[in-house]
Amino acid sequence: MKILVCISKTPDTTAKIAFADGGKKFEEAGVQWIINPYDEWYSLVRAIELKEKDPTTIIHLVTVGGADAEPIIRKALALGGDEAIRINTDSSDSFYIAAQIAAVAATEKYDIIFTGKETIDYNGASIGGMVAALVDAPYISLATSFLFEGSTATITREIEGGEEVVTVNSPVVVSCQKGVAEQRIPNMRGIMAARTKPLKVLEPAAAEHLTSIESFELPAPKAGVKLVSPDNVEELVRLLHDEAKAI
Amino acid sequence: MVLVYIDHQDNQIKKSTLEAVTYGVALAKQLGTEAHALLLGSVNDDLAALGAYELKNVYQINDAALAHFDAQVFVKTIAAAATKVGATTLLFSHNQTGKAVCAGVSALLKAGLVTGAIELPKTDAGFVVKKTVFSGKAFANVSIQTAIKIISLSPNSFHTTSGAAATASITPLDIPVSAGHVKITAVNKTSGEISLTEADIVVSGGRGLKGPENWGILLDLAKELGAATACSRPVGDAHWRPHHEHVGQTGVQVAPNLYIAIGISGAIQHLAGVNRSKTIVVINKDPEAPFFKAADYGIVGDAFEVLPKLTDAIKKMKASA
Ligand SMILES: Cc1cc2nc3c(=O)[nH]c(=O)nc-3n(C[C@H](O)[C@H](O)[C@H](O)COP(=O)(O)OP(=O)(O)OC[C@H]3O[C@@H](n4cnc5c(N)ncnc54)[C@H](O)[C@@H]3O)c2cc1C
Repeated sequence: MKILVCISKTPDTTAKIAFADGGKKFEEAGVQWIINPYDEWYSLVRAIELKEKDPTTIIHLVTVGGADAEPIIRKALALGGDEAIRINTDSSDSFYIAAQIAAVAATEKYDIIFTGKETIDYNGASIGGMVAALVDAPYISLATSFLFEGSTATITREIEGGEEVVTVNSPVVVSCQKGVAEQRIPNMRGIMAARTKPLKVLEPAAAEHLTSIESFELPAPKAGVKLVSPDNVEELVRLLHDEAKAI
Repeated sequence: MVLVYIDHQDNQIKKSTLEAVTYGVALAKQLGTEAHALLLGSVNDDLAALGAYELKNVYQINDAALAHFDAQVFVKTIAAAATKVGATTLLFSHNQTGKAVCAGVSALLKAGLVTGAIELPKTDAGFVVKKTVFSGKAFANVSIQTAIKIISLSPNSFHTTSGAAATASITPLDIPVSAGHVKITAVNKTSGEISLTEADIVVSGGRGLKGPENWGILLDLAKELGAATACSRPVGDAHWRPHHEHVGQTGVQVAPNLYIAIGISGAIQHLAGVNRSKTIVVINKDPEAPFFKAADYGIVGDAFEVLPKLTDAIKKMKASA
């Protein structure tokens, strides 16, 4: 079995969000970068678990990004995976990125393509669905559990107000979220091994950019909190009713 | 033409879809065109009544193969329908179904996509859509450069308006539907719960409540307010509450009218998922809790004392109203 795990580099969850060039660019100074948590905690770890169950499984990692994405992909390799592919280009357009991943998927026959449910920077939640459409494979979004037996996946996915269980034969594209696996910490052996695992750098395939980010904004700061005494909760109810018109 | 995708669950149209319809109608007016809708399968609701939202017409594809959701099949069908009716802008709700299909439709039509929009686009020069990024910590204005545009609308971002004295026409649409590969073997609904992303009021608890056995006072308040319940990540991780209640940067992102945070410190990852709430109330015994900086109203006090009093006061207010 062959699995492709899509890896994205995102700012750490505690990173200060600020913009440079008059709101045109994300301010990268002082920012720590991490593997997008959904990619790391769920898709990558689940792929590693499947390989632990069936050691003939081959795991490829793919990231679309510049050389600055290499520490992230090495960190992912330290957790597990056999080799990594970096598509040497940078974009904020989901279609362009998905087209790069689809081009990789077209040359290797993967049984499973995993993505995280979204990245925590652009929150697009689009790459999995686009890759699936481009390679014409079934797409299961928002998975909360993933089992694989023979060539059949049994997947629990989030739906409005609950969950449903589906079965589908590979190849399949799956976006993963909480429940699919438990976060792991890389160990020393993994970190050493990652140094010698192959990391292929490919030039991007021709594809269009369909969107571009014009500018960023920060939310307006709050006016300040109005404190109410715990002995006067009626006053809070009055404020919520008369002033905020929230109840 | 603006084409709004009608999502349905249990044969009912969801509130988030009505928001998308309202948004689609407003956008059509802005662009000087008409708003139509697209329904795959069937619903029990009266489709003609969608005219009250000033929707012109509903295209309906009623094929047995669409009775069960399969993203691959739905994507192909929606893309074919959009092409056939000549849609120039497609609208989805950014809910579970929207997330499953809108990206695929974008790829098939090579139509630029913005997910999680929170406002109508600016269309005076170009087509620029505002969406949340960094899990609610900021916004981005994204320009769509293609002739066909696709937007998914963040739930609770756009209020529904209806009341027009009009009915929508219903036009059956004949699109060949391909066979799917996905089999649904079980459905588990958490029945009776108010959907977290659609709720007007959310009451949320953190580690400050000390244990799952103490949730009763929070549930009482939520019940009195008709609110959905949520929790911080450690509460979900410890299984004090089901994990689908976990809000924040790595959980559900919500934007209700009112968010009440009880015994939650207000870590940056928590705030990211809730800071688009219109009004935030924080109840915390620590006056230094960071959440107070993001709040509109606050009570520095012990949740175990404050909550029952608050529930009572709301009961009294409702009785006297
Ligand atoms: C990568 C990453 C992602 C994360 N994503 C999320 C996320 O999506 N969502 C999320 O919530 N967290 C997330 N976290 C965790 C986050 O950093 C915090 O640890 C978490 O939000 C804290 O939860 P809490 O406020 O319930 O608990 P605590 O921080 O322990 O706060 C408990 C609060 O309760 C108050 N309290 C105690 N007793 C009482 C009482 N009797 N009455 C009133 N108040 C009382 C205390 O003063 C305190 O402020 C993430 C962390 C990381 C590293």
